[in-house]
Amino acid sequence: MSSHFSQLCSPSDMDLNLNAPHSMGTTIIGVTYDGGVVLGADSRTSTGLYVANRASDKITELTDNVYLCRSGSAADSQTVSDYVRHFLDQHIIQLGQPATVKVAANLVRLLSYNNKNMLETGLIVGGWDKHEGGQIFAVPLGGTILQQPFAIGGSGSSYLYGFFDQAWKEGMTKDEAEKFVVKAVSLAMARDGASGGVVRTVIINSEGVTRNFYPPEDLPLWLEELEPVNSYLDVLASSSPEPMSS
Amino acid sequence: MRSCSIPCRSREQIASVSETSRTSNLVSLRRTNLAFGMDPSAIDAKGGFSFDLCRRNAMLMEKGVQPPSFRKTGTTIVGLIFKDGVILGADTRATEGPIVCDKNCEKIHYMAPNIYCCGAGTAADTEAVTEMVSSQLQLHRYATGRESLVVTALTMLKSHLFSYQGHVSAALVLGGVDVTGPHLHTIYPHGSTDTLPFATMGSGSLAAMAVFEAKYREGLTREEGINLVTEAVCSGIFNDLGSGSNVDVCVITKGHKEYLRNHRMPNPRTYVSSKGFSFAKGQTEILSSKVTLLKERVVAIEGDEMEE
Repeated sequence: MSSHFSQLCSPSDMDLNLNAPHSMGTTIIGVTYDGGVVLGADSRTSTGLYVANRASDKITELTDNVYLCRSGSAADSQTVSDYVRHFLDQHIIQLGQPATVKVAANLVRLLSYNNKNMLETGLIVGGWDKHEGGQIFAVPLGGTILQQPFAIGGSGSSYLYGFFDQAWKEGMTKDEAEKFVVKAVSLAMARDGASGGVVRTVIINSEGVTRNFYPPEDLPLWLEELEPVNSYLDVLASSSPEPMSS
Repeated sequence: MRSCSIPCRSREQIASVSETSRTSNLVSLRRTNLAFGMDPSAIDAKGGFSFDLCRRNAMLMEKGVQPPSFRKTGTTIVGLIFKDGVILGADTRATEGPIVCDKNCEKIHYMAPNIYCCGAGTAADTEAVTEMVSSQLQLHRYATGRESLVVTALTMLKSHLFSYQGHVSAALVLGGVDVTGPHLHTIYPHGSTDTLPFATMGSGSLAAMAVFEAKYREGLTREEGINLVTEAVCSGIFNDLGSGSNVDVCVITKGHKEYLRNHRMPNPRTYVSSKGFSFAKGQTEILSSKVTLLKERVVAIEGDEMEE
């Protein structure tokens, strides 16, 4: 394609590239708040230019109290999360009590670092334990581990750094934190072509885990965004369809 | 060349083994080289691997020679979950580049009595990988005495495909009904999986997905489900060049399945004469004819008497 902002006009330009490995051009977020963590993600999985799954779940359960946000290659991140879940299950049986977030994050780091030449995945571990409360760990591409009050990842995260620097506050309430996460993901979905679909959130605190789901009609509209429609067939079937204008 | 570390190591290994096994090693290595079209006498008596042809192949590639490709099936395969189970569908065209090499192949593979799997990609890979996992599932059933789970098949398939890093090009739609209910999954060649209420794969997946996105809803009846699957596969057959011929359908419900081979045949042969073809003798001019008689010869084979 000729320029960065090329429009897909001729068929030869439109290389769907269905053979490309499955990757999650993604927006993933983890935020700590007063008493726990909120994780957020969009739901788009793409192969080249084709949306292979518009309702995927990128927030995977590792244990009852620790969840993982996945970005990058879908195959790689699924494999890493499957292995970590397996090891944590064994660890919990041996320990006889819930695993700590730190242990879970370190297992994710161990696999990401030891196989860094094979893997192409950025992960965010979030959870709650009785020792240290809600914690967020980012494990980006090379397999380093960073404990942070909030972490963002995926292709959509580049649109969010400024927003987080401006809007993130320490000691938010649960509802404030979730609203903040949903707003951030919807902002990134509006600007990042590889992110889209619905917003999924997971809230983890001393009381347990809450999963939430926000379809496009419940999300705020940003600059120049159009009202979402369920199916364009409905639009055409309506009594007075808007004529397409050039 | 980058390959020289391998022959060195294998030579050392051969040198360290005993005399008898050394000769057998040499024989097998000679055979390998023969298979690659090499003169066995040209091989160093010490043995080891020969990488001469790597250099030739690299040279040919550099000159723009295309290596032979595998048989890939341009395909439309689909699946959906309906009221009481899962329905899978597939077209029946197998292609080799631009040529249709099988007009009525089977793309819905057996995994277990309650699980079937549609395959797209390289025909040999889809066949091999489904066959392999179905045999593992059979052994697993013997060991546990329980019906196979769809997630078991899913995990076996994905871990195999992941370990080959996308080189086994099998794109699958896996469906089945087990003790935990109906399940539908897609599996990509790199080993990633999705869990969906309706799924399409292969080169015709876009055409088929357009139909599903427009018409799928929850709680379809069996008839509605079969019709929607058929319509989606037909959309692939008519709009995708890689897909064609007939529609196969497989309906799986709790404790029961129905494989509808050639459920719909929208592409009948139009060029067959109903009266058959008959040509009068002498239509083709004979330029020459020659008859060579074979020598009659009977060879008696000696053998033991048959035992009763």
